[in-house]
Amino acid sequence: MKILERTGGATLGFLEYTGGLFSLAGESAGFIFRFRIRFGETISQCYLLGVQSLSIVLLTSLFTGMVISLESAMQAVQFGVGNLVGGAVAYASVRELGPMLTAVVVAGRVGAAIAAELGSMVVTEQIEALRSMGLEPARFLVVPRLLAVVVMLPLLTIFADVVSIMGGAWIAQSYAHIAFDSFISSARQQIGVDDVMKGLVKAVVFGMIVALVGAYQGLSTRGGAAGVGKSTTGAVVNSIILIFIANFILSLVLFGGS
Amino acid sequence: MANKVYARLDDIDLSFSDRVVLKNCSLDIVEGAITCIIGLSGAGKSTILRLIDGLVLPDSGHVYIGDRDLCHASQRQLYETRRKISLSFQFAALLDSMSVGENVALPLREHTKLSDGEIRRIVMDALESVGLSHTYDNLPSELSGGMLKRAGFARAIVMRPDLILYDEPTTGLDPIVTHLITDTIVQLRAKLNGTAVVISHDLQSIYMMADYVAMLFEGAIIAYGTVDEVRKSPNPLVQQFLRGSEVGPIPI
Ligand SMILES: Nc1ncnc2c1ncn2[C@@H]1O[C@H](COP(=O)(O)OP(=O)(O)OP(=O)(O)O)[C@@H](O)[C@H]1O
Ligand SMILES: [Mg+2]
Repeated sequence: MKILERTGGATLGFLEYTGGLFSLAGESAGFIFRFRIRFGETISQCYLLGVQSLSIVLLTSLFTGMVISLESAMQAVQFGVGNLVGGAVAYASVRELGPMLTAVVVAGRVGAAIAAELGSMVVTEQIEALRSMGLEPARFLVVPRLLAVVVMLPLLTIFADVVSIMGGAWIAQSYAHIAFDSFISSARQQIGVDDVMKGLVKAVVFGMIVALVGAYQGLSTRGGAAGVGKSTTGAVVNSIILIFIANFILSLVLFGGS
Repeated sequence: MANKVYARLDDIDLSFSDRVVLKNCSLDIVEGAITCIIGLSGAGKSTILRLIDGLVLPDSGHVYIGDRDLCHASQRQLYETRRKISLSFQFAALLDSMSVGENVALPLREHTKLSDGEIRRIVMDALESVGLSHTYDNLPSELSGGMLKRAGFARAIVMRPDLILYDEPTTGLDPIVTHLITDTIVQLRAKLNGTAVVISHDLQSIYMMADYVAMLFEGAIIAYGTVDEVRKSPNPLVQQFLRGSEVGPIPI
């Protein structure tokens, strides 16, 4: 009985959460399609949320490319297929790790920041003040952040892809003596423009997840500073889980045939 | 005299989780008048203002603004109604990402087509009327509690709305500024022929400005009338509250 009750409660909670998320998404989309967008604010959010994430994205993707290369290069040379390493690194970076890791890093930095900011605005009655002035929080706060993340995450992903491949090439050269040129030409053979584009489609979806989950968690904050802490953690954890799930589904749909 | 009613709470019940805040609460806000609400701390006075502004909906009962029942209004209608009503928050609730001036300017920027110059002039006027013209470029975090409160007051009056809801506009302010704010409320009403609801614990300023006084106790309005009527009320609860005495029927 207890188990049933628990499962029921969890299911209801999950449905309520996704329902809230989708209704916030719908409301925001409504404002975007009616062009009720605060452009100035959107641009400053692009800087705040996007540009300031660049260094940490570069750092994580550099080391990711380096480690894939490190793991695969020595083995590949042993088996006499050193010329395939570039392809392997590029393949993994562009299709999977670039979009995923960038999104996860951005979820940790930007999703958390959005949840914390909106959450503290809830507990200090600033959100209520906006509504009282006849300003919709979804239009005023959520749309600029959503657009900023959806625009910036693909850009960050491109940087991540490039840096990851470069880092891979460097390690392949210095540890396994695979020439830079052969690494790069192998990479170019293995992946095409469509792979990159599909990776960017992933980035767009991940961007929506990060911004909407962060905003939704922030706006549903209850109860003081402790509540803000909870929302922030919730935003990071939930958006990372959703990113992993969405990544699998997108890989299945986008790359299923290739 | 048949007074026109601007806003009406009709038999409101409202609880937060298990706590009953309002029970069978009814109140008319007369157009063009200043109605003061008094009551114990935690009685639900701020909640009444939130109901009138459509920020909270009751569990049962109706909230009317003119002919519109907020309980059956769409989101869009609610936002539309709110533009004619301003709420000056108990704890100011300025947006901390903008300067004080931009905070006060915000409703004008969003809802009017005025030029930057005109907006700046109106905002300066509003800030001046609360003695804060020197804080235009400050961030809210750089102001004291009392200054924040006055800035919130300026933001509430800047749109010249039909109805202004003041949540404890003078609590925690020095006597001179208290007088200034009370004066501003009265003047605004006279100038705009607007309606106001003021929550206050300051009996002096209530006697100075109120046309009507309503006392909230245990979830309902237990006394309502002009200042004189309420002061002369035979209700022992009202008498004890106005005397500020520990002795009487109000449980402490
Ligand atoms: N969002 C909320 N969630 C839960 N309880 C609430 C909420 N808002 C108000 N309350 C409760 O409702 C009651 C009335 O609150 P309200 O702020 O209206 O009181 P008040 O009369 O304005 O008090 P004060 O004079 O101290 O400002 C309080 O007991 C408060 O705990
Ligand atoms: Mg209050």
